[in-house]
Formats: sequence, structure tokens, C-alpha cells
Amino acid sequence: MALIGQDIIPPDLVAKVTGRAKFAEDFRADGMVFAKLLLSPMPHARVRSVDASRALAMPGVLGILRAEDLPEGRGLAPERALTDEPMYVGEPVLAVAAVDETTAAEAIEAIEVDFEPLPFAIDPLDSLRPGGPNARLEGNVPRLAEDEEGRNRMTVQELKWTEADFASLDEGKLPMGEHTDEWTHGELDPAFSAADLVLEDTMVHQSLTHHPMEPRSSMAYWDNGKLHIYASTQSTQRTHGAIAGQLGLDPSDVVFVGQYCGGGFGSKIAGAPIYVVTALLSQKVGRPVMLRITRYEENYIGRGRPGFQAWTKMGFRSDGKMTAIDLYIVQDHGPYGRSGDHLTAAGVADLMYQPDAMRFRGLTVYTNTPPRSAQRAPGGAQIVAMLEPIVDKAARELGIDRLEIRKLNAPDHDAEFGANRGRLTSAFVREAFDIGAERFDWDGRKTRSGERNGTKVTGVGIGLSPFVGGSSGFDGLLVLRPDGVLHIHQGIGNLGTHSMADTGRAAADVLGLEWDRCAIIWGDSSQHLPRSSVQAGSQTTHAHTRANHAAGMDMKQKLQEIAAIDLGGSPASYDVGGGRVFASSSPGRGMSFARAAERAIELGGKYSGQELPEDLHGDTVPSATALAGQGLMGVARDNYSHEGATWSFVVGFAEVELDVETGDVRIVDYLASTDCGTVVHPRSLGAQLHGGAIQGFGQARSQKWVFDPTWGVPFAHRLYTARPPGILDVPLQMDWVAVEEPDPQTPVGAKGIGEPPVGAGSAAVTSAIADALGGKCLCRIPLTTDVILAELAGRAQPHRPLEIHS
Amino acid sequence: MAVIRDMIPAFELFQPTSVDEAIEILDRYGRGEAWVLAGGLDSLDWFKDRIKRPEAVVELGSVSELKGINGGTGGLEIGALTPLAEVARHADIIDNFAVLSDAASQVATPQIRNQGTLGGNLIQDTRCWYYRGGWPCYRAGGNICYAGTPKSMNREHAVMGQSRCVAVNGSDTAPALIALDAQMVIRGSSGERIVDAEDFFVGPAIDIQRMTVIEPGELLVSIRIPGDWAGARFYWEKVRDRQSWDWALASVASAMFVSGGTIERARIAVNGVAPTPVRLTDVENIVRGQPLSDGTIDAAGELAIRGSRPLRHNDFKLPLTRNLVRRAVRGEA
Repeated sequence: MALIGQDIIPPDLVAKVTGRAKFAEDFRADGMVFAKLLLSPMPHARVRSVDASRALAMPGVLGILRAEDLPEGRGLAPERALTDEPMYVGEPVLAVAAVDETTAAEAIEAIEVDFEPLPFAIDPLDSLRPGGPNARLEGNVPRLAEDEEGRNRMTVQELKWTEADFASLDEGKLPMGEHTDEWTHGELDPAFSAADLVLEDTMVHQSLTHHPMEPRSSMAYWDNGKLHIYASTQSTQRTHGAIAGQLGLDPSDVVFVGQYCGGGFGSKIAGAPIYVVTALLSQKVGRPVMLRITRYEENYIGRGRPGFQAWTKMGFRSDGKMTAIDLYIVQDHGPYGRSGDHLTAAGVADLMYQPDAMRFRGLTVYTNTPPRSAQRAPGGAQIVAMLEPIVDKAARELGIDRLEIRKLNAPDHDAEFGANRGRLTSAFVREAFDIGAERFDWDGRKTRSGERNGTKVTGVGIGLSPFVGGSSGFDGLLVLRPDGVLHIHQGIGNLGTHSMADTGRAAADVLGLEWDRCAIIWGDSSQHLPRSSVQAGSQTTHAHTRANHAAGMDMKQKLQEIAAIDLGGSPASYDVGGGRVFASSSPGRGMSFARAAERAIELGGKYSGQELPEDLHGDTVPSATALAGQGLMGVARDNYSHEGATWSFVVGFAEVELDVETGDVRIVDYLASTDCGTVVHPRSLGAQLHGGAIQGFGQARSQKWVFDPTWGVPFAHRLYTARPPGILDVPLQMDWVAVEEPDPQTPVGAKGIGEPPVGAGSAAVTSAIADALGGKCLCRIPLTTDVILAELAGRAQPHRPLEIHS
Repeated sequence: MAVIRDMIPAFELFQPTSVDEAIEILDRYGRGEAWVLAGGLDSLDWFKDRIKRPEAVVELGSVSELKGINGGTGGLEIGALTPLAEVARHADIIDNFAVLSDAASQVATPQIRNQGTLGGNLIQDTRCWYYRGGWPCYRAGGNICYAGTPKSMNREHAVMGQSRCVAVNGSDTAPALIALDAQMVIRGSSGERIVDAEDFFVGPAIDIQRMTVIEPGELLVSIRIPGDWAGARFYWEKVRDRQSWDWALASVASAMFVSGGTIERARIAVNGVAPTPVRLTDVENIVRGQPLSDGTIDAAGELAIRGSRPLRHNDFKLPLTRNLVRRAVRGEA
């Protein structure tokens, strides 16, 4: 029986539940000392001078690391681990090493830093005003411009709108001045002309911190010129390379260990900028250095989801068909780099509703708020929660069932979307709507929409959430040892999804091997890991079922060849199963995998890894070479065809109770229905669908940033003020269901599912709240109690139009 | 001096085993230099942020005379160090004074209710994020309120009773004890004094740097609940942004005797809306002797917020408080 599709107990479970699992801050080394950070108290400042003499004279203080000790940053508006020009409150300025944390903290307090305050911007719209402040000295937006050699490059520039652009703000409409990003498909004007209903809305989505349970701690030491570093990461193999790259080291001079990761949600994709601090401070003081990041620090350096201030116009025919979308997004990005949430959001909108024409315009604005990065369904989770209640409004006005209007517009296998009219590998979206609606009893539930029970009113909602679900072209690396145990080397990370175990089963299935004969090797670059995808963008399940399948097929071929060499006949006359390779016509004639592994070592060459396929990635070659001679090697690049973009879909169904006297909302039931191809691990899939939905509930209801606009200082910087949802915010029972149609463009049929569950949870709740409000879309996320109650009580909203971080 | 958070500085730790011993230590250290530590949920936050840096800490966990619940329908005496979880599940409290067990059961989280004490919940400092962030405001001894300006972030701040400071009291059990007409037993080196629950809390107009009448060197020893309101019709409700580990945006606690559709007597208090928990004496007066009708209920709600002064971001607390008081009088959501 195939392992794919069955529940398993992951190999790290016992260590986790017994507390033996070592997270980054659990590691120790002889002579280890501790570091602490000095954080900027200002949203934007220049460090004029630092006087650390008193600190360095304190007993037990070993050294200080400044920005000048760090390598230069790379790319657009680069972020470095320490800076002399901090661009947000909480940005690390320097680090101190001392024999213990108490001493290090006292040393930080003894340091005098002379900060020169610089202009700062917290709200993108403030920065876009004529004469408004720029978050960066060189400007406030990233945009393409020609350099001296006439090449188009992304640079930081100043962009201001006119007073006239801002005229609409007082009416609550997004000002839409000059933008930097735009695409259109189809003919927008005729598409709107063909519409019987046009809806126009201004929308706000707040920024929110990732807040994984494990903060980004690290420990590092040097041994014989080799850096050993222990850190929390989403992706092991790629973090190894990234850290080496950050420090200008050859990867062979870095040992990276990251066996367990207490969550990342996109904030630790290939490590984190702060990890160079322990490496360099350790080099400087000649001792192993541990930097335990506190929750307070994690709030600042732990990344956030970009907020949107947006406007949309959507056209619908009387039958509900969406004819056109016009979408404008101002993205609040923090001070560094450039993320594509707003671009992805536009693509998602186009994909999920398939309008005849769409125009997207937008821009990214730098602000002096913490850096942003991908957060679980970046862009997608924001836009679906913003747009689905507006589609509900259209359904209401047109007298169409809210499920039907979504099914009518949903993409199918032939869908095209986005600026480049991309195609999908598969899309069983209507099937997901249908099985979800049946399980949730949508027809029955919708009759309860608006039902009053005392002061409680029931609302039901639906949210469709598409997101990318797979990449390809990575390597699989397997070694069948002479004890008959299959070692599956996994360069992907272990952030709680079990994919480092689950994807290995693709190889076991190809070989017909029992799971207890398989060992997963992970979490340590010295264990010889193959080139892997970053564990982000929901790539892993897809990418590494493929890579392990390919390596499994390679190993199967070699087993058949070894059997043919020793037992005669052609390789094709042999089959594998039950830990043996045997003649198909005469199963008694064969040899055990253990024997085949011994023979592989004797035969050498490709069988034991002395000869490797030429198309392997350069990162895989040293790992495979190091493992050569230890058994029968299965090693291959994933060359399976992959035409079209792999996307997964989740439909969330929610029922809420909204108290009309308090504005309080309780989610009473939730169901996720998904098209994620073949189900690899049902229990883990359920955890993704529900865990992501809970994250979405927080996004929809309680999580946001708050900044004092006068001082540029944040307040939602503790877990209790950031307000991620707790278990009491989650319905007692949640359900899920999967279409289980294999994706035709991948051998195992599985697509990734990490990301779309968030938007489904958030959008189902924003849709259900709008339903409970009689179809009123407040178009503001999160929909906190004060926002809802102000609407219900007919009072002024607690924020200005489009105000963010409030 | 640079600022660093999340790292507790060293202090002298005392763990007395009796109230007398604790008071003796507090006396020895004098005004403000020794810190009384009960469950630690409020104190340790201050310590971790290095904003409050007492020389000595007097930890009361070993003072067994401060723990436990005694009495029955004729009244109860609850030791100040009794964990909130015990208050929430105590049969006599649930049977006779459910407004208190209901309030205690909604404090923070199960872990915090196991560790946190009734006394600590009453004495807790405000959570105004400017003040807790170490800003040099009036309450911290400075000469400005950062939360009350036209551009401040004050969604969670006071809509009534402001006086330079606009912070709110965050205790869930305080309004419940005011509704029960409880008394606070306070002991210091000069002896014991007893203060009504509603007089226990100090607003900024009287002293902007403290939350209660407790003087340095004094301990809250116990809370006495009279039998007067045993078996009354109680109402407790707390509205918050999420259902655990969150302070009230507004809360209401009430005790009422209703007979034949007429309100005989009532005590009502709200919290989360002013620098102290607020007993709504005017509301109690206008509902007393009135039929439990929509008219009475609505009048009570309107009166509860009369004279309120919302800040820029917290106007919603007016309809919220009004509706919570209406519900309290109505006796149901």
C-alpha cells in the first residue's frame, strides 16, 4: 500500500513532545558567551557617535560589533543586521558580547549613542503628500529608472502626489496619483460598459507581524577557520548557502545546523539578516556567541506583512459574471528592499474572478516601520479578504447566490491570469466549492443569514483563496545502506509541516519500501544535503515529491541493473517491493535491498555515487560525493515536465455570530475545502488548512500594528498588544475536505498547501461579518470590535479615512 | 544611556513566611524601595522592561495566611494571594457571588489565572502603552500625557474620569467586587484598616502616580464580601478584542434584586473606561424601585455615559458602555 496519502508519525515527534528537540537557543558550546542588541529608539536617525568605553571596561564584557564590522549590503535599499542609520524604532544598531546576558544588558545601558533625528514617515499617504517626509534619505519609492549606461534598474526615488490628487481623501476615497507599477489585460472601458453593476470601494488592510513562536535566535563559533552556526530557519540547505554568501565564505567553510524551526511564516525563508551578528561577533571575541532574540526584539526584526491602502472598481453582468476589475494598491513596505505583495495581489484577483479585462496600478512606499517580507500567502491573503465581501455585495444587489457568483467566475484548467496571461497546471476550483458547500450545508446555512437570536445576528461567508503551490527542478539524494535502510537526504527545512518526512515517501513508494526502513536525514549541512527549494511559496511538497520521486526512479533502475548483472536477464524483467529486487516472472529469484547495497559498493561507479549525473546542481555534487561508497545511491535532478504554474486553492466557509450591542464577533463554525492535488498526508493537511485559517481569523479580526504618528513609535509590540488569535477565538469544531484530484503536471499529483489556507480563513470571516451586517462591507481589515460597533451605533469610525497603524 | 528591554536586572529577594515579617521588611527598606511581588504578572513585565528597578523584592508566595477562601452565604473572606483560578472555581463563590467567579474566570489565560492572584488583579498597574513603554508621562512623574493629545493612539483609553491622565484600570475583578459591596483589608506597621472596594481605587485627580489607596509598606491582606448580595441576580460581561489574554475594552458587573418585575436594589460598576473602576451610583438610584422595563433599561444605559468625554480613537466605548449597562440591568445579553 502506497505511503503517499496515509497518516504517519513524523520522525521528529518524540523529540518534540519530550522536549528533547533542540531549537536554536538550546545549543551550547564550550566557552559560549551571550550577545545583546542595542535598538534604535527613533524611527529614523543617524548615529553621530558611539561611546562604548564604559561598557567595554565592565568586567565580563568581551566586545562590541558595529555596522562597520559587517559586509556591505547588496541589492535595492539593502538591509544589514546592524546600522548607523536606523530606519525604524527597534532596528539593531550594535551588539555587545559578555559572559552572560545580565552583563550584556548592563553593558548596553552603559553605551552612549548620539542619534541625530531624521525625517520619518509612518503612513505611505503622508509620504506621498507634497512636501511629505521620505522614509529614506534618497527617496520614498522603489521604481525602475535608466542608469548612466541606459539600463533599466530598480532604484530608490522620490515620488510625490499633488494636492489635487489628495482631494478625494476627505470623502474616504483613495487618492490615486502617479504610480510605478501597472499592467492591463483586455479592454477595460468596454468591459465596464458591458457591466450591469459597477461597485467601487476604498479598502484598508493593516500590516501585521509574523510572530512565529520561536524568535530568530542563533549561536555561532569558529573552529579551524570553519564557521559553525545554529539558527532557526525554514529551509536548511538554502540557508547554508545564504549565510555563506552573506559572509563571503565558501559554503564548504560553513556548517549550518537548523533541525527544528518554531515557525517562520515567510520570515525565515533562508535564515535572517541578524544571523551574521553571532558569526562575526564570535570571530571578533574568539568565543562561541549566543544571541537569544526576545519577543520584544522579534516584534521589530521579525518581519511583517505589508499593509495595503487600496481602491477597486469591479463590473458585473446581471448574471453575476465579472466583466472588469480596476485595482489600485498603495503598499506600505517598511524601509528596505522591495516585496511584491501588491503585484501578487493583483494576479490573485485576476485569477480568482477571471474578468474579461483588468487593470492594475500601484506602488510601493517606504515607511519607517519594521521591514516586511513574505508572510504566508503574501499579497493573496490580503486581497481575497478585501475583495470577497465586495463580491458578496454584488451578489446581493443582483439577487444571486453568493456561492454561485463565485463558481461562475472561478478559474478552470484553461484559465489565464495576470500581466503575462499565465496558465495553470490544474484548477479544480468548482469541485472545491461543490464539496465544501455540501459538507458545510451552504444551502441550509445561507437561510440563517441575518437570523437574530437576542442581540446576536448570524452571518455566513465564503472566501476563495488561490496561491502558488509548487516549483520544480531540484535534486533528490538517496542512499540505500548495506543494512537495507534507505537514507533520504532532505535539504528542505523542518518548520512543523512534516514535509521533510512526507516528501521522502515519494521515493519510498517508488521502491515499494516500508516506512520503517526509511531514515530521514535533515537539518544539518554536514549531513550532505541536496540542492533544495527554499521552504517558502508552498513549493516544497510539489518540488520535493518530484525530486525524491526522480531519485527513487534512479535507484529503482540501478537495483534492476544490479539484479540483472548478478542474476541474469534484462533489468526490465525485475521489479522491486518488500525490500527486495526480484524477477517479475519468478519472484523467488532476486536479492534483498541490503545485498544490492553491498553490491553497489563493490560495483562502484554510478551505483555507489562515484559517478554522478551531469545535470545535478553544483550544491548537490559535494554532498553526493561525500556520500559515495556508502551504499546504493539514487540521485537525480527533477526533470519531469512542468508546464504552467502550479496553484492550489482553498475555499473557506464560515459562520459567525455578531453581537449588535457590543460589536463582538464569534466564529462558530469553519470549513476549508481544498484543491491541492493528491493528498500526501491527511492529518498534516488538516493542520495546514486549520492552522492557516486560524492565522486568517487573527488577520481578519484582531492583529494589527499601532504607531504613534507624532513619534513614530509602535505599541503593538508585545504578543498581548499584537493580538494574534488564541484558541478561544477558534470554533470548537472545524472541518476540512479535499477534492483529491491529482495535478497532471507532477508524478505524485501533489500541490503545495502552506499558504492559501490563511486567506480562506480571513476572507470567509470578512465575508461572514459583512453578511451579518446586512451586506455592508466596511472594507477595513482587521474588523475589530470598535470598527464594527461604530458602524452599528451610527457613530464616527475610530480612524480617519484610510488611516493605518491606528 | 541606551535602553534595553526584556532582561530583568538583579534585586535583593525576600521571601517572608508571614504578613508581619513581610511588613517588617517593607518598613526596613522604606518608601518605594521594596517592591511587593504576588503572582508577578504585572511586576515581572515592569522588571523585564527595566523601567521599575526596585532595590528589593518581597515575594509573598510563602505567606500562607494570605491564601484561601473562608465563609459561606453570610459572607466570604478571600486571602489576597488566592489564585484567580481558585476564585473562579470556588463553589461558594459560584453559588452565591457568581459575578466574581465569572469575572475571575475571564482574566487573561488559564496559566495566568493559576499564577495570578486576586489581590494582584486588583492592584495591577494600568496598561496605558505610553506609560508601560517607559514614556515620562504624568503618571511616571513627568509633566505631560502622551495618550491624550489629538494625535495620540488612545483606542483603549478612558472616556470618563480623565484628569491629565487618560489611562484605564484593567482589573476584571474590581467591578465585580464593587458590585458585591466588598471591603479591602489592608495591613501595615501601624495596624489594619478596612476600605470599601469602591473607595480602594485612586484616580489621577487625587494621585496621578498610584492606582489604589495602598501606601508603601502596606499589604492588601484580604477581601471581605458581605452576605448582603448573596444570591442576587448577577451580570458580568467583558468585551475584548480576543477571547483570552486581553484586557477589557469595557466591562460591567452588577448585582440586583428584582421582585415582581421591580428592581428593589442594585449595584453596578464598569471598568476599562476610566482611570478607576466606576460605580454607577446614579444608575443604581434611577433604577431602584423601577419596573424592569425597556424604558428603565434604556435610561440606565444613557445615564451611564452621561458626561463622558471620548478621546480621538475611543468614541466606540460610549455605545459599548451604554449597551453593557443596559444588558446588566436587563440581566441578559
